[in-house]
Amino acid sequence: MTLKLPESGSQSGPKPSNTALKLVLAAIAMFGFGFALVPLYDVFCEFAGINGKTAGPVEKVEQWVDTSRTIKVQFITTNNDGMPWEFETLQEEVEIHPGAWTQVAFWASNPTQNDMVGQAVPSVSPSEAAQYVQKTECFCFDQQKLKAGEGRNMPLIFSLDPDLPDHVRTVTMSYTLFDAGAFAE
Amino acid sequence: MTTATASHDDHADHGHHGPAKGIMRWVLTTNHKDIGTMYLWFSLTMLFIGGTMALIVRAELFQPGMQLIEPEFYNQMTTMHGLIMVFGAIMPAFVGLANWMVPLMIGAPDMALPRMNNWSFWILPFAFGMLLFTLFTDAGAPNFGWTFYAPLSTTYAPSSVTYFIFGVHMMGISSIMGAINIIVTILNLRAPGMTLMKMPLFVWTWFITAYLLVAVMPVLAGVVTMMLMDIHFGTSFFDAAGGGDPVLFQHVFWFFGHPEVYIMILPAFGIVSQIIPTFARKPLFGYASMVYATSSIAFLSFIVWAHHMFTVGMPLQAELFFMYATMLIAIPTGVKVFNWVSTMFRGSMTFETPMLFALAFVVLFTIGGFSGLMLAIAPADFQYHDTYFVVAHFHYVLVPGALFGIIAGVYYWLPKWTGHYVNETLGKFHFWMSFIGVNVTFFPMHFVGLAGMPRRIPDYALQFADFNAIATVGAFIFGLSQLVFLFILIKTIRGGEQATDKVWEGAEGLEWTIPSPAPYHTFAEAPHVK
Repeated sequence: MTLKLPESGSQSGPKPSNTALKLVLAAIAMFGFGFALVPLYDVFCEFAGINGKTAGPVEKVEQWVDTSRTIKVQFITTNNDGMPWEFETLQEEVEIHPGAWTQVAFWASNPTQNDMVGQAVPSVSPSEAAQYVQKTECFCFDQQKLKAGEGRNMPLIFSLDPDLPDHVRTVTMSYTLFDAGAFAE
Repeated sequence: MTTATASHDDHADHGHHGPAKGIMRWVLTTNHKDIGTMYLWFSLTMLFIGGTMALIVRAELFQPGMQLIEPEFYNQMTTMHGLIMVFGAIMPAFVGLANWMVPLMIGAPDMALPRMNNWSFWILPFAFGMLLFTLFTDAGAPNFGWTFYAPLSTTYAPSSVTYFIFGVHMMGISSIMGAINIIVTILNLRAPGMTLMKMPLFVWTWFITAYLLVAVMPVLAGVVTMMLMDIHFGTSFFDAAGGGDPVLFQHVFWFFGHPEVYIMILPAFGIVSQIIPTFARKPLFGYASMVYATSSIAFLSFIVWAHHMFTVGMPLQAELFFMYATMLIAIPTGVKVFNWVSTMFRGSMTFETPMLFALAFVVLFTIGGFSGLMLAIAPADFQYHDTYFVVAHFHYVLVPGALFGIIAGVYYWLPKWTGHYVNETLGKFHFWMSFIGVNVTFFPMHFVGLAGMPRRIPDYALQFADFNAIATVGAFIFGLSQLVFLFILIKTIRGGEQATDKVWEGAEGLEWTIPSPAPYHTFAEAPHVK
């Protein structure tokens, strides 16, 4: 045993109150650690590029376009359970060269009698491609407010980083629309 | 027991007094034996409440279709059964055994923090009172499964979820205080000569378990606090609409949840490691390797949590890491099983009731361990996930595992507590009924699980009917035979053959040097351990 612990009983050991205090502090620290897992989880996913989340708006820079290959980019829209909006993509898929900026549009309308706020949450598959998706403008960056009966085209301007691994030939960008009324800004 | 200890104290002439009279003895007590007794009765009560819920579930599943209860109530029953058995029956029973036996095994006069000990027990009835009372509210009890995955437990939860959250907070505080008390007692109050590597294995396994509790119960408190904030204070930890992530819930929950399953089994390892040498009349084989194996299991328990969520959509590398890390646990666990078997090898074995339960533990826990290895195989888990195979697996490790370990410990130490031997005929009857009942209940669940029967659903396809009917019959055999256990407990407390101090012929350790029944105060002067 290499544990540095008292090797015999009550005479030589630490004071019980010291041990107890350390353990209480350890418990409080672990409570904090539970909350620290929230940012750590995002940091780890971003570092490892593993959960398909895409980064926020980037500056539009003209970059080298890799015309030697063509990537098929597919778009999927989903309504979260109970979200009544009509939400669809206007292009099922586009074929682009990595590095080229592309604009596509999505359509959303609010068929209800109430003004509503929606939030689209993006996901990219395969998840390893997520870090190569560059967006200068996306309806998913902001909450979308639609009045009762209102409909709107929503733009997405993006490119794929030319460093995208060669074996990725198809990228699927999926958007799930949530009712964000509870979180309206 | 009360009269015996009181008469002992009448003779005591050096100032310390015996137990007070009446109910206030139990409310105000700081005596480790009183508190241990209360923990054990509390967990037995919870075992019967949670067991009744399990029988309601099994009765509904006796035949396909909806027979007895509404699906909503079925969900409440499965949820409450899990919560009560995990937090109300298994965990407090181990704390009760630790309260009784750790001071006696290390030669300490009491627990190190006796007033906190009283408090950590008395929080529990209120925590579970609050949880159980939700059954009688209009909203009904929690119905989202004992793992309470968000958003089912936040956005879609019944309004009673807030009581559930505060109940979990309270039982968490109780567990943390109990664990701190056990660590401080072990570190500070060992008798002279009782070095760490001389400690009985029950003390060692509890020592490690207590560290696990201090490390992960606060994380559980954190995750329910996040739920509370999502529900009432407009945060969105787990709500994607506000920028949160439901998968985050599963990661944080299982970071607590996997060490939790070892919290529920390590003390049972310790109990079995006390019992087998006693009845094999040989010292435990590989004492030091048992200590290291337990420590390894505790360490590994922190890096395997995502094997509960293989199907959630993880990258391949993560699945491989968690699969191999999980399989690694089989090595220290295998060391333990090997040591138990080697202890028995060429021993002079006898088969009293505690030994029978300990032997059943070794065999049936190993079955549960093997089904766990099957579940650890990530590609296979996609087939097994959320089926009755999982139910069969964790009931094999928790019922003939943790619960049999507790029952074995109670039979082993009951003569020391009460001064009376257990009637062996009744004890063996209880054992065989439990052994048959538990296998008839849970073994068929492997088959229906592999065939694809999903868990947590009150109805099922016709082809699963026969195995479910068998399982229900087994559940009632097992449940009713626990009434035999209650009868034996009461009968042994009230009378029986007088136990010797040593109780068992092959018993070794400080707890067997004091009189039977154990006096109200023991080891006021520390014994010397050679």
